[in-house]
Amino acid sequence: MTLEAPLAPQAPLPKEPVLTLRGISKNFGAVQALTAIDMDIYAGEVVAIVGDNGAGKSTLVKILAGVHGADAGTITFNGRRVSIPTPAASRALGLATVFQDLALCDNLDVVSNLFLGREVGGFTLQEEEMEKHSWTLLRQLSAKIPSVRTAVASLSGGQRQTVAIARSLIGDPQVVILDEPTAALGVAQTAEVLNLIENLRERGLGVVLISHNMADVQAVADRVVVLRLGRNNGDFRIPDVSYEEIISAITGATDNAVTRRASAHGSHEGRDS
Amino acid sequence: MTNETTKSNASGDAPKDLAVDISDERLVRHEGLGGAVRGFFQRVRGGDLGSLPVVIGLILIWGVFQVMNPNFMSSNNLVDLTMQSAATGTIAIGVVLVLLIAQIDLSIGSVSGLASAILAVGMIQLGWPIWVAVLVALAAAVAIGFLYGILYTRFGVPTFVITLAGLLAVLGLQLKVLGPNGSINLPYDSWIIQLGTTMFLPPWAAYAVAIIAVLAMFFSDWFRSRRRVNAGLTGDPLTVMFIKSGLLLVLLLVAVWYLATSRGLGVMFVLFVAFVVIMNFFLTRTRWGRAVYAVGGNVEAARRAGIKVNRIVISVLMLGTMFAAIGGLFATARLTAATLSSGGGDTNLVAIAAAVIGGTSLFGGRGSAYSALLGILVIQSISNGLSLLNFDSSVRYMITGAVLLLAVIIDALSRRSRATHGQA
Repeated sequence: MTLEAPLAPQAPLPKEPVLTLRGISKNFGAVQALTAIDMDIYAGEVVAIVGDNGAGKSTLVKILAGVHGADAGTITFNGRRVSIPTPAASRALGLATVFQDLALCDNLDVVSNLFLGREVGGFTLQEEEMEKHSWTLLRQLSAKIPSVRTAVASLSGGQRQTVAIARSLIGDPQVVILDEPTAALGVAQTAEVLNLIENLRERGLGVVLISHNMADVQAVADRVVVLRLGRNNGDFRIPDVSYEEIISAITGATDNAVTRRASAHGSHEGRDS
Repeated sequence: MTNETTKSNASGDAPKDLAVDISDERLVRHEGLGGAVRGFFQRVRGGDLGSLPVVIGLILIWGVFQVMNPNFMSSNNLVDLTMQSAATGTIAIGVVLVLLIAQIDLSIGSVSGLASAILAVGMIQLGWPIWVAVLVALAAAVAIGFLYGILYTRFGVPTFVITLAGLLAVLGLQLKVLGPNGSINLPYDSWIIQLGTTMFLPPWAAYAVAIIAVLAMFFSDWFRSRRRVNAGLTGDPLTVMFIKSGLLLVLLLVAVWYLATSRGLGVMFVLFVAFVVIMNFFLTRTRWGRAVYAVGGNVEAARRAGIKVNRIVISVLMLGTMFAAIGGLFATARLTAATLSSGGGDTNLVAIAAAVIGGTSLFGGRGSAYSALLGILVIQSISNGLSLLNFDSSVRYMITGAVLLLAVIIDALSRRSRATHGQA
């Protein structure tokens, strides 16, 4: 439960992915929300998951967070096949999820929220330890929170997002999943959160970023995975891909990854010759 | 120079002489005694009223009744007041807990009646030792709370409905246990009856309890302050701790001395206050208490944080019925009999009203164990004062209803004020 640990620089990037999804499917009644999703997440990498409304982004996040179980498919974490039946199991593996609604308790203060469910102390709580660690953590993230003893309700949107992200780091995760972290934020607050995401990557964490905002995705992501109608519809490295290509993959202007790769290769070769 | 300080603060390197929790330059600081007083007024203006409205209300109520009938503040009547408060107040502790997780228990009256019936039947008809009868009564109540918890967590039926059904079913159980007689008198020489009628702390013990309580509070504050300073945080100023403890000491000693001029401090009331203090400790200092507030504040957030919400809900509902049973036993001890109407009438609503008047929010996540104590003192003062003035219960109910409404309005207004001051 040391807070320095999750933020300490970790070993250089391993070649094996930290988290591998293969053939993940999920249906809600008659609705096939996800069909055979494949995905790899490496340490020290920001992977953006993009897609239109109803593409299955949130369902995928919820499967990783242990809120829903997958109907089919395998999840491999650090080379080991795992199942994620509950949120606690997800966290125990080393997956930390920051939901869009942040899941903060407005009636509790910042310290209580940061350590919610993982309080320090035996029978009685060690408030001082927790408060000290909170300050250390928030400073390392360069977070601007005036007081950790104010109720979370009194914080601004960016501050609440910061608290939620800081909370995900307690418990030494290897992968942090952020669901629409910049959706409700202003320009300056968005920049702060993007800095925070880069901060996480520098610490060697795998970051999964769900976003609607292409500017944010192109600013911080290394790779972008496109979902369309619950299926994989492209996996691009950000330097190799243009805004238009991502958009066409999202909207389905290119039908599948294969044709896109073929055309991308074709255009590359055309340029080379 | 000033510029440089601001810059170093903003970049997160706190100057050495400032503790980490106050190094943000935007934070308004209050230092020393004056600061503590200013901070208090600022919180009140911001809508963080705490127990202030209840305390002021209580002082007003006492003042008005004292003017209308000088017997109200007589030590004899105040002793009666404490003894009247203990039973329903204990039930109200359970209500506070249940309200904190944004649920409600409407069957507390019936459960207290059942406990009373089990005690009487066990003692008189079955010849059990008193402590066996007490344990069986408590076990029955805890089992009922457990059943509520299972029904709620398995089937998701609102506790409002479950406990409404429980109100009727447990009332039936109470009548069944009592049998055809419908009323059982308990012997005066048993300790459980003496607890409710004649058992008072001798003055030296009452003074000792008061002094120990104040010392415990002072050292708890002092050690916490020491731990904070050791952790590199700001501690509380010693003068504030001394003044706080000193005021409490004077208050308690005067109260004990005044009550001692009549019968003194009732053991039952001391037990009630002890329950309040113990539950306050569990709510504020333990993992379980933190989880209770989290479940009441945002149940989904609590679940995702890995809190076992079902266990918390079940444990709180069990404590709710357990305190209802203890309250029922206290009431039996005071009335020296278990009857068909034990726990009936207004017991339910008075206990719930006490919790709300004391400042526990009906919407969950806000409140403290002390609201049971303050709330029941308000309600019993009104009831006691009006009986002294020879008003009958019609007026008493109307006035208690008006006070409850006032308390809820104050709660709503302070919530609005918290929202505008960004403290919602």
